[in-house]
Amino acid sequence: MNKYDFVFTGVSLQALGSGALYWPTKNLLCVSDLHLGKANRMARHGGSQLPPYDTCETLNRLSHDLDVTRASTVICLGDSFDDLTAIKSLPENQRVWITQLQAGRRWIWIEGNHDPGNYSFNGLNLPEFSEFPLTFAHIARSKTTGEVSGHYHPKATVNINGRSITRPAFLMDDNRLIMPAYGTYTGGLRSDNRIFTKLLQETAYAILTGQKPVQIPMPR
Amino acid sequence: MTAFPAQFQDWFASRGWSIHPHQQDMLNLAAVPALLLVAPTGGGKTLAGFLPTLTELSNSSHDGLHTLYISPLKALAADIKRNLQTPVVEMSLPIRIEDRTGDTTQTQKKKQRADPPHILLTTPESLALLISYEDAPQIFSGLQRVVIDEIHSLAESKRGDQLFLALSRLQSLCPNLRRVGLSATVEDHGAIANILAKHPDKCAVINADPGPPPNVEMLVTAEVPPWSGAGAKYSIPAVLNQIKKHNTTLIFHNTRAQAEIYFHNIWLANEDQLPIGIHHGSLDRQQREKTEQAMVEGKLKAVVCTGSLDLGIDWGDVDLVIQIGAPKNIKRLVQRIGRANHFYNVPSKALLVPANQFEVIECVAALEAVKAGELDGEPRGSGPRDVLCQHILICAAAGPFNANALYAEVVSAGAYATLKKTEFDACLNFCATGGYALRAYDQWKRLQYRSDGNWHLRDPRSAKRIRMNIGTIQNTDTLQVRFKGRGGKSLGEIEESFAATLTLGDTFLIGGQIVRYDSLRETIVQVTRDAAKKPKIATFMGTKFANSTQLSHRIIKILQYDAWPDLPSYTAEWLALQKSVSRLPEPGRLLIESFPFDGYAHTVVYGFAGRNAMQTLGLLLTKRMEETGLNPLGFLATDYATLIWGLKPVRDPEPLFKIEALRAGMETWLAGNAVMKRTFRASATIAGLIERNYPSAKKSGRQAMFSSDILYETLAKYDPDHLMLNITKEEAMRGLVDFGRIEEMATRIEGNIDLVSLDRITPFAAPLLLEMGRVPIKGYAEEELLAAEATRLMSSVGLKST
Repeated sequence: MNKYDFVFTGVSLQALGSGALYWPTKNLLCVSDLHLGKANRMARHGGSQLPPYDTCETLNRLSHDLDVTRASTVICLGDSFDDLTAIKSLPENQRVWITQLQAGRRWIWIEGNHDPGNYSFNGLNLPEFSEFPLTFAHIARSKTTGEVSGHYHPKATVNINGRSITRPAFLMDDNRLIMPAYGTYTGGLRSDNRIFTKLLQETAYAILTGQKPVQIPMPR
Repeated sequence: MTAFPAQFQDWFASRGWSIHPHQQDMLNLAAVPALLLVAPTGGGKTLAGFLPTLTELSNSSHDGLHTLYISPLKALAADIKRNLQTPVVEMSLPIRIEDRTGDTTQTQKKKQRADPPHILLTTPESLALLISYEDAPQIFSGLQRVVIDEIHSLAESKRGDQLFLALSRLQSLCPNLRRVGLSATVEDHGAIANILAKHPDKCAVINADPGPPPNVEMLVTAEVPPWSGAGAKYSIPAVLNQIKKHNTTLIFHNTRAQAEIYFHNIWLANEDQLPIGIHHGSLDRQQREKTEQAMVEGKLKAVVCTGSLDLGIDWGDVDLVIQIGAPKNIKRLVQRIGRANHFYNVPSKALLVPANQFEVIECVAALEAVKAGELDGEPRGSGPRDVLCQHILICAAAGPFNANALYAEVVSAGAYATLKKTEFDACLNFCATGGYALRAYDQWKRLQYRSDGNWHLRDPRSAKRIRMNIGTIQNTDTLQVRFKGRGGKSLGEIEESFAATLTLGDTFLIGGQIVRYDSLRETIVQVTRDAAKKPKIATFMGTKFANSTQLSHRIIKILQYDAWPDLPSYTAEWLALQKSVSRLPEPGRLLIESFPFDGYAHTVVYGFAGRNAMQTLGLLLTKRMEETGLNPLGFLATDYATLIWGLKPVRDPEPLFKIEALRAGMETWLAGNAVMKRTFRASATIAGLIERNYPSAKKSGRQAMFSSDILYETLAKYDPDHLMLNITKEEAMRGLVDFGRIEEMATRIEGNIDLVSLDRITPFAAPLLLEMGRVPIKGYAEEELLAAEATRLMSSVGLKST
């Protein structure tokens, strides 16, 4: 599989090339910041009409990760939908699709800043979720340990002989793990941004997503 | 013959002038609907363009806008305003002149809309913005003439396409509008006349006396130019010597980065402290204006500059133009020569300084061309549809419109004369609904067709967003550079891609200063002064010019000589060396060199087809090499060659060049390569799919922005027939790709490929290794590189990668 094995606060985890996080012993898959319906929201606000295939593409990748991992628990780590109207605007086939993905699985929706109070789908809606020793929340908190969060859409850049490669990335130190955005139309915040350099210890790492995820010291 | 009013005769006489024949011709033909003046720089061209306006306004009480003047450069508009004030003030003409560019204040702009001056000087972008306002009919009511200066420089660009679409709009608002174009000497003024006139009307042309031929030479120095590089540092003592001998010297460079480096180096050598300034488009506006002002006042002995000083700006007492680096096309060279000596009947003086050995040959070829009076130009295809999409949105912002009426307007712009109604409708549909196979936005259309038979903006607020994104110039994302600290002085801009390679403590050059990178705050690069000797080089993508076909032919011709007594001895020796260790490229044949270097197999293809075509060739060849298991890693293209490096050497080049295979590769290749993605980004931005500017943007933060590559890939995967992909392909084929030139080359060289395999690098190939602009082949190789680098980085902190 297209994955990178690592240990975070004593737990063996896998960073998938797609940007999902897999916890084998719990058979748990976590994805963050899906931003489903983003193109729809932008068009609605009178902006440009982006290709309306982002939701489809994101769900395709999620289906694939679920097929490969056969996860029994799924955590969507917040900002699963770009806004509440976007949920209502989802075409019927995509709503059915999401429901099908949920079938036979424990499904947890963590609340994000884009989708507070989303009760449109089955599953548990929670502000945060704990599965010892990890805690899953949308936004990183100031003091914490074993916390997995999303929100910031981290990405990291490596320069090799003048070639610069930038990818969405997992960032982590001893206490926290910040997940890359999984949604198709999501940009990123570079790991050398002050937000990350303040949140994460000097010894932080980045795991770059892609065909073959790799771990590097977090560029700051 | 139209009389030249006595008032004007007196004024001319008071300055010791007599009217030029072409100026009189302009007056005589003042009433024709379309008129093109072709005159050399310094021929009183601008005044010729304005004389009919000044005479018409001198004895009338015209109310409102009479003449709209459009120039490609903001600086030119400001300069013309200064120059026009002189006759207006001295003859006490009742004429109000104002300029309106990106630099004009908001208050001033508002005032101009309510109470337009008689003469408004502006740029194509500002005009596009003006026609997007609801009150455009009032602003332009009474408009008589539009004068397009330096029309030759606009005629071949999307800015020009946008301008002529805007003119088609203006012509509907003011049916009696007369169009005037002012052009420097060009090869094919017929093509320019065609797009100037309202299609299918005819355009009158006045050809002014071209004046004495310019005096251009190559600056031969005692110092030998290097084999490679573009800096021409070796020439500095000789150039300083020339500066001392002249009043004011302009030192032109082909890129901003080169200008920066040269400026830095010339000051290191400037023992006499000659006042030398710098001027290029990435500098902070204040700094540019300071240089301009100092020039007008004659305080500078020399200015190191780029294209931002290229067009008809008439400043100070310039009597020498020095061109550093080979001029990539002859037209550009002639334009630059025109800067020196703005006197009509005195030959201009210019010196060419080749930056390296190869450029010596290019310079000699360019000189021959100037002497032969040859000017180059490439034919241009039909009007680009991304610009049309933007025009439709601009019209929608101005108010509801009828599709048939707009179509009739659009096809009256020469470049769009052959546009089919179905093509127009596809663009309109794209603007209205996004044009997707999946009709997702029926509820959220941008434009709605309503029962009155017109198209309306669904959300009136989107007019503001459309206006914020007007323009066809592709700024690669740039970041502002400022000195650290509150209110730190702004120095200029660097490209985001360059900023991304900076790490704390790196130094680079900007505005002639060496600065150290400190931090990135939002979109501002904070720097401190630094005394480092060897700065990194800030890269500006800017425009990379391709050698014209004509120039390439001349270069190959020179290579065929038995000996080169006309070339400096060091260059002749260099050619002789290439001839003895390998071969020299020949017309009708294709030379390929293959040699190992730095652990990789290197292949150099000397196609001489211009940089764009050589770049496409690089993309196609590397794809063919990937298919045949040669594992290419990347390539680089220059005007004369493509250099490819990879894991295995090329042994049999013939199959790589089979034209059918290349053409077949074209289709599939087009879909996935970096050039297409770059073109998509540009076209999608122009067409309004990607918005560069949002109202209240700063808040959104960078995680809201995502790469246009993602859009491209999603669209290609789910909606491969989408209009935007069609446009991208068309634009890529036209601009960057130049497939026609490759086809021509492949046919020409069929069976005439000379492969030379060597055990080391050749004199001709050596310069290529130091060129910028390498294109990586993304794929398996990149994953390998990344993995290796990750292992290295992890072990450098004492850890093992799992």
